[in-house]
Amino acid sequence: MSHIWSMIAKRLALGLLTLFIVSLLIFGATELLPGDFAEEFLGQAATPETVAAIRRELGLDLPMHTRYIEWLTGVLQGDFGNSLSNRRPVIELISTRLGNTLFLALYAAAIAVPLSLMLGILAALFRNSFFDRFSNASALTSISFPEFFVAYILIFWLAGRGGMFPSMASFRGDPSMAEMLYRTFLPALTLTLVVTAHMMRMTRAAIINLLASPYIEMARLKGMKPMRVIVKHALPNALAPIINVIALNLAYLITGVVVVEVVFVFPGLGQLMVDSVAARDMPVVQAVALIFAAAYVLLNLTADVLATLSNPRLVHRR
Amino acid sequence: MTEQNNGKPVLLTMKGLRIEGRSDETWSEIVHGIDLTLHKGEVLGLIGESGAGKSTVGLAAMGFTRDGCRISGGEIVFDGIDLMKASEATKRNLRGKRIAYVAQSAAASFNPAHKLMDQYCEAPVQHGVMGRAEAESDAVDLYRRMQLPDPDNIGFRYPHQVSGGQLQRAMTAMAMACRPDLIIFDEPTTALDVTTQIEVLAAIRNIVEQFDTAAIYITHDLAVVAQMADRIKVLLKGDEVEEADTRSMLSAPKEDYTKSLWAVRSHARAEQPPVAADKTPVVSVQNITAGYGSVDVLMNVNFDIHERRTVAVVGESGSGKSTTARVITGLLPPRQGQILFDGETLPPDYRKRTRDQLRQAQMIYQMADTALNPKLRIRELIGRPAQMYLGLQGKALTDRIRNLLDLIELEPDDYIDRLPAELSGGQKQRIGIARALAAEPKFIICDEVTSALDQLVAEGILKLLDKLQSEFDLAYMFITHDLATVKAIADEVVVMKEGRVIEQGPKSEMFRPPHDPYTELLLSSVPEMDPDWLTDLLREREGG
Repeated sequence: MSHIWSMIAKRLALGLLTLFIVSLLIFGATELLPGDFAEEFLGQAATPETVAAIRRELGLDLPMHTRYIEWLTGVLQGDFGNSLSNRRPVIELISTRLGNTLFLALYAAAIAVPLSLMLGILAALFRNSFFDRFSNASALTSISFPEFFVAYILIFWLAGRGGMFPSMASFRGDPSMAEMLYRTFLPALTLTLVVTAHMMRMTRAAIINLLASPYIEMARLKGMKPMRVIVKHALPNALAPIINVIALNLAYLITGVVVVEVVFVFPGLGQLMVDSVAARDMPVVQAVALIFAAAYVLLNLTADVLATLSNPRLVHRR
Repeated sequence: MTEQNNGKPVLLTMKGLRIEGRSDETWSEIVHGIDLTLHKGEVLGLIGESGAGKSTVGLAAMGFTRDGCRISGGEIVFDGIDLMKASEATKRNLRGKRIAYVAQSAAASFNPAHKLMDQYCEAPVQHGVMGRAEAESDAVDLYRRMQLPDPDNIGFRYPHQVSGGQLQRAMTAMAMACRPDLIIFDEPTTALDVTTQIEVLAAIRNIVEQFDTAAIYITHDLAVVAQMADRIKVLLKGDEVEEADTRSMLSAPKEDYTKSLWAVRSHARAEQPPVAADKTPVVSVQNITAGYGSVDVLMNVNFDIHERRTVAVVGESGSGKSTTARVITGLLPPRQGQILFDGETLPPDYRKRTRDQLRQAQMIYQMADTALNPKLRIRELIGRPAQMYLGLQGKALTDRIRNLLDLIELEPDDYIDRLPAELSGGQKQRIGIARALAAEPKFIICDEVTSALDQLVAEGILKLLDKLQSEFDLAYMFITHDLATVKAIADEVVVMKEGRVIEQGPKSEMFRPPHDPYTELLLSSVPEMDPDWLTDLLREREGG
C-alpha cells in the first residue's frame, strides 16, 4: 500500500504545480483580451479621466507582474481578494455557486453513472442484439445533438406542454432537498443524456475486449451463467478504463455545463465564469479557473488510485 | 493406468463429429467426422500437430465450441445426455460439475482479479454441490494431494503470486472441485519446464487415479501422452489417423504419419572435430555479472562460441539464459565482465556499438508472431536490415531479398509480397531467420526458436539452421529448455541454473555420465516414449 500513498503525495504536489501554471495562463490570457475592467465597467460613460481614476483606485495601473504577485501572495494566505464588480469577497461570491454546481454535477452523475454502467453491461451481455443496437443508437443520438438543443427539447416536452417540471432551475432562499431535486431535474436529465453515451460505450467496449481471454472461456467452461461471467469475471478486469472515462465525464459535469446553466437559468459556476470574463473581473475568473483545474486534478487522481486498487497485481506485489 | 477397460460402462461417445470454422464470411469444415468412445475412469490421449483439431474435439466433449466455430453434424452423448439436443442450461449444469476443463496456460486461464480460493469455490457453490466453507476445506485437501506448498494458505493468493507449475496444479485441483466424471486436459504441461512438468504430470496422474476420473488428455508430446493415457488417438487436420491402446501404439504404429511422428526425435547433428586451442572465438563471454535493479540475475558467466559451432544454453525459466543474450546484444549492460567479439571488446551498451558491430550479431526470437511487424510485407521485413547495414538499393536489394527467400526454402515469387498473417508458424520463423541472415552476421542468437512449433515443423527449422551454418560459417548460441533440441543441434552445451553456469562442455560429454546433479535432474526429466518411464522414475527418485 505504501507505494499508493507515495503516488498520491507525488500527484498532489504535481497538482499544485498544475494549478500554479493554470493561474499564470489564465492571468496572461485575460491580459490579452481587449479592454480591461475599468473600460467594461464604465461602458458608454468612459472618459479617459474616469477610466484612469478607476484603474488607480483598483490598482489596475500597476504592471502585470506586480498585480500577479500581489494576487498570488493573497491566495497563498487564503485571501482570494474581492470581486472588482461588486467589491464582495470572491470566496463569498463563489461558495454558493460552487455548492450549486456540485449539487447539479452529483445529481446528474448519480443518474448517469449507474445508468451507463448498467446499459454497458447489458449491451455487452446481449452484444449485437436488438437491445445492443438500440441503446447504442439512442446514446449516440443524444450525444450528437448540441446540449442546448437537447435542453430545449426536454423543456418543450416536459415543461412546456405537460408542465410536469419547471423550465427555470433558479431558486431563492433555502429550498428543501426535494424541492431542489424537483427544480433541477431537467438540467440534470439534460446532462445525463449528454454524458451517458461515452461511459456506456466505454463500459461495453472494455468488457467485450476481454471476452476472448482464456479466463473468460474458463469461466464459461465452469458452467457459469452469462451474466455472472460478465459481472464477476470480465467487469473487475475492465474497471481501469471505465473508471477513467467516468472521471473525465464527472470533470466535464463540473466544468463544462455553461450552456445548460444558461438555458435553465441555473446559478452555477459556469455562468459566473462567463460573466466575470465578460466584465474582466480578474479575481473571480482566477478563482473559478482554479476550482475547475482542481476538479480535473483531483478527479483524475481519484481515478488513478481506484484503477490501481482494482488491479491485484499492483496492490499485492509478489 | 495403462490397463485395458474391461467391462467398464461407456461415459462419452462421439459419432461422426463434424465441426466448422468461419474465416472471412465462409464456413469450412475443420473436423471431418471423428468417432470417439470413452469409458468411465479411462484416459484417452489425443495427439497431433497444431491445427489437427485436438482442442476443438476436446471442447466439443463439453458441448462447447469457441466463437467462430460450430458443430455441424454428428452425435455427442455424455452419460446418456445428448449434448447436441440439450439446452444451454443443461450443458451449463454439466460444465464444471460433471465435465471439467484444464487449460494449457494456467497463468492466462485464472482470472487475475480473484484469489485462487474464490475461483476454486465458484463451481461447487454455484452448482449447489457444497457450501462455501465445505468447498474451502475441500480445496485445502486437494491442494495437499496435488503437493502444492503451504496448502492451507496458497488458496488465498492471487494468481500472479503463484508460479506457473503451481498454478497448473491449482487448476487441476479446481477442475476436481465437483469430483467430475470427465476432465479435459488441454496441453496442461506444454508451457512448463521439464523438471516442473514431471511434478505436474505425476500429480495429475495420481489424482485422476485416486478419484477414478475419466480424462481426455490433449498434447502434441508423444512421450508425455505415453505416460498418461490408456489409449491414444492420433489426429491429423481434423481426421483420425489411428487409435490403439498405448503400448501397441508405441511399439507398432500402423500408419505412416504416426511413424513419422515417432521418428522425429531421432535426428542428431554429426559430431564436429574439436576446435584448435589457439583459435579466437567469435564471441567470448567473460566473467559476466548482470542484473535488474538491485538483483543480480547472472553471476560470473563464462563461455566461448566458435565459428561454425553451436553452443546450446540450457536451463529452466529464470536461470538467466535470455538475460545472457541481452547482455551479449548490449540491451543490458553488465555490472562486471566483458563481451569479446573476434577478440575485440564490445562496448557494453548497444547504443555505443558501431553499426558494423551491431550487424555482426543478430537474433531470432521464440515468438515469430510477435517478432514480425504485422503491417509490413516480407519484402520490407527482410529488406530493411539489408538496406540499413549493407546499403543495398533498388534491383540489388530485390535480388538480395529473393536470394534470401531461396535460402530459407520459400518460393520468392509466391512469398515476397505477403504479410506475416498469410504465413504458417513455421514459415514465419523462416522469415525471422532470413531477417537475421539479411545483415550477413557472423553470429546468431536463437532464443527458443522452435519451442512454439510442432515437432515436424521444428525439425525442418533445425535442419535449415544446420544447413545455413555450414554455408555461411555461422556461430550459433541456441537458447532452449528442450534437451531433445540440444541433442539435435548442439556442439557444446552450457547448463545454467539460477544465474550461474553449472556445467559446460562438448555435447558428447554432457550426455554421458557422470553428470552434475542438476544436469542429471534435467536429463532424467525429459519424458521418454516408454509408458513405464514416469512410474519407474518416480520410484527411483523416491528410493534415492
